[in-house]
Amino acid sequence: MTAPILSAKGVTKRFGSRVACRGVSFDLWPGEVLGIVGESGSGKTTLLNCLAGRLIPDEGHVAYETASVGTVDVHQLSEARRRLLARTEWGFVHQDAREGLRMGASAGANIGERLMAIGARHYGEIRGTASDWLSRVEIDLDRLDDRPTAYSGGMRQRLQIARNLVSEPRLVFMDEPTGGLDVSVQARLLDLLRGLVDSFHLSAVLVTHDLGVARLLTHRLMVMQGGEVVEAGLTDQVLDDPQHAYTQMLVASILPV
Amino acid sequence: MTAMSPVLRVQGLHKSFVMHAQGHLALPVLRDVALDVSPGECLALVGPSGAGKSTLLRSLYGNYRPQGGSIRVRHRADWVELVGAEPRVTLDVRRHTMGFVSQFLRVIPRVATVDVVAEPMLRRGVSPEEARRRAEFLLHLLGIPERLWQLPPATFSGGEQQRVNIARSLIADYPVLLLDEPTASLDTANRDGVIDLIRDRREAGAAIVGIFHDVAVRDVLATRLHPVELPGAPQ
Amino acid sequence: MPDTISSNDPSDGAYNYAYLDEQTKRMIRRAILKAVAVPGYQVPFGGREMPLPYGWGTGGIQVTAAIIGRDDTLKVIDQGADDTTNAVSIRRFFARVADVATTTRTEEATVIQTRHRVPETPLKDGQILVFQVPIPEPLRMLEPRETETRTLHALSEYGVMQVSLYESIARHGRIAKTYNYPVLVNGRYIMSPSPIPKFDNPKLDRNPALQLYGAGREKRIYAVPPHTPVKSLDFDDHPFEIERWTECCALCGSTQSFLDEMIVDDAGKRRFICSDTDYCQERQEEQRR
Repeated sequence: MTAPILSAKGVTKRFGSRVACRGVSFDLWPGEVLGIVGESGSGKTTLLNCLAGRLIPDEGHVAYETASVGTVDVHQLSEARRRLLARTEWGFVHQDAREGLRMGASAGANIGERLMAIGARHYGEIRGTASDWLSRVEIDLDRLDDRPTAYSGGMRQRLQIARNLVSEPRLVFMDEPTGGLDVSVQARLLDLLRGLVDSFHLSAVLVTHDLGVARLLTHRLMVMQGGEVVEAGLTDQVLDDPQHAYTQMLVASILPV
Repeated sequence: MTAMSPVLRVQGLHKSFVMHAQGHLALPVLRDVALDVSPGECLALVGPSGAGKSTLLRSLYGNYRPQGGSIRVRHRADWVELVGAEPRVTLDVRRHTMGFVSQFLRVIPRVATVDVVAEPMLRRGVSPEEARRRAEFLLHLLGIPERLWQLPPATFSGGEQQRVNIARSLIADYPVLLLDEPTASLDTANRDGVIDLIRDRREAGAAIVGIFHDVAVRDVLATRLHPVELPGAPQ
Repeated sequence: MPDTISSNDPSDGAYNYAYLDEQTKRMIRRAILKAVAVPGYQVPFGGREMPLPYGWGTGGIQVTAAIIGRDDTLKVIDQGADDTTNAVSIRRFFARVADVATTTRTEEATVIQTRHRVPETPLKDGQILVFQVPIPEPLRMLEPRETETRTLHALSEYGVMQVSLYESIARHGRIAKTYNYPVLVNGRYIMSPSPIPKFDNPKLDRNPALQLYGAGREKRIYAVPPHTPVKSLDFDDHPFEIERWTECCALCGSTQSFLDEMIVDDAGKRRFICSDTDYCQERQEEQRR
């Protein structure tokens, strides 16, 4: 590949007089997983929403290299095109699975929705694909017709991942995908995500405040403080040889196990 | 052995750590380090504990970020500068050119040992069957009992984890190998197995830089010694 | 004492022709024209208070009032029947305020206001079918936000509609929806056909009559122009099907019509008869002749 799949240039977003993120630039290359770390309120999630076209930045551009029609400016796309991208070539995994799932519909329907939205009209095939994905995210097949309301937190999160990946997206945005889960449940989810990222050659932008999650899942890190990127580099560089005072503080704050 | 041109060239390397929490205290560790390593050579870094051997090795791997100087490595058909390289460049060098054996295995929860070992091959695009075959061969060679192959290494003994780590690091034929105490915490039998493996790699033309506290191991493997000392330390 | 409404003669000037003032009728006609121009699209309109409660056909009655003229012949049916309270009241209302002829004969009517049925007798060019609609938004049960349903329509994002059919099959082994069965109009908008039985859905497809849908509470008008394709949603392996009965109508013997089940005695004896009373009587008269 010769072009970045996602390219941000000077992305700035303000809410009133408060600057949520300022002047963020980076290139994400195909197959890379970029982590955005920083404490609550550092602008991570705002940046993620700007990248995914869910918020319009006040300054800057986000360019996305599509599968077929070249590079597009994410914020210049019509809403129709952007939403089409969002449910075909992209995925978005929310911290709160309730935001990313249809809680009133069965797991099978949740997974099948993207397929039906792009024209799948064979019930048996849709159900078959949904079953495949359910087992891929390690959920028992006899839960296929259950609603996510009957699922545990970890299962909901895995279901959300299946719902996103069923259209085989190229780029996935993840907002604290393991937030609020038990440690053992987290480990399983991380492991699953790691495998899926590898086997589908996904590119991803992952927001987390958990450096352990970042270490395990990401190739590269951007450290944010007060809306600005204070340090960036390979994940092991940033974590093993932190340069900025804030990063050193973050790394030093990890509880040793 | 015919004299070959180096595949790893280090010049004027500077690295210091700045501790912001300690009043921005700067600790210079590497100053003006230069070295060349050619295929078939094994360069042993020697010096007292705390002299910066590990820092140098980690800088060579791109794990630590030097403030100045140059680390150039022969990558595919080109020379690549690793100081200040883009992450994806460093990652590509690690994937294809440079292997690193550390003392500690970073355990991935729930992944079977054989898959942990095979992973670097998969990342290079080798077929899963081929990667698995090679992983099993190495695990066998390093004396990991077959009944453990399907288990995650998290619960293994220190020595077993170390050997899994070595298998993982040596599974791909990296032209450049960096070894940080590869035989620490191994018993004699297993140590000899690891030495054989590394020597084979060296004789096959790998350029190796290593830290070996065990003098016997160093004597077997090293073709040259490279002293490392802290800047300002007495000569 | 002033007269009560029931004794009012429209010709005495107490009410405007067809009850609504001319401004309102113009506004509704504009909404209808837009609805006809964009088949299946829900056009908002400024609904008025009508002299009957919401749920009794306030939407349909406003549409009828806006399009009716003295030359029209009006038929009103409720669940297929011309003789229910609701149908009789609405028919008498228009006879009084719009001075129109009324009929129970489908063939003779120029305007047919209906609740929950499409007549069995095929409609012709020039006829207008006015549906009373309780909930115009087919996606409402799946997506409660109006802003979001409008966006879904605007962008033709109809995966969620298919999700509801998927759920039905997953739960019942087949698409269990039997009325208000969603349709795709002219290959573009998904539309609620109002709570007609799915038996009537095929009649909507390329019908020569103009179909107008009025929702009074929700203040929406939508339309299917004559001869417009209307497709009932389904899956390739679970195609759309209409209800079938093993019995025929106990009165006219029809095997082609939508049948109502009636319990006729204390022993629970059941009979099936046509829901469309006009169709049933026509057939009975024909058989007597």
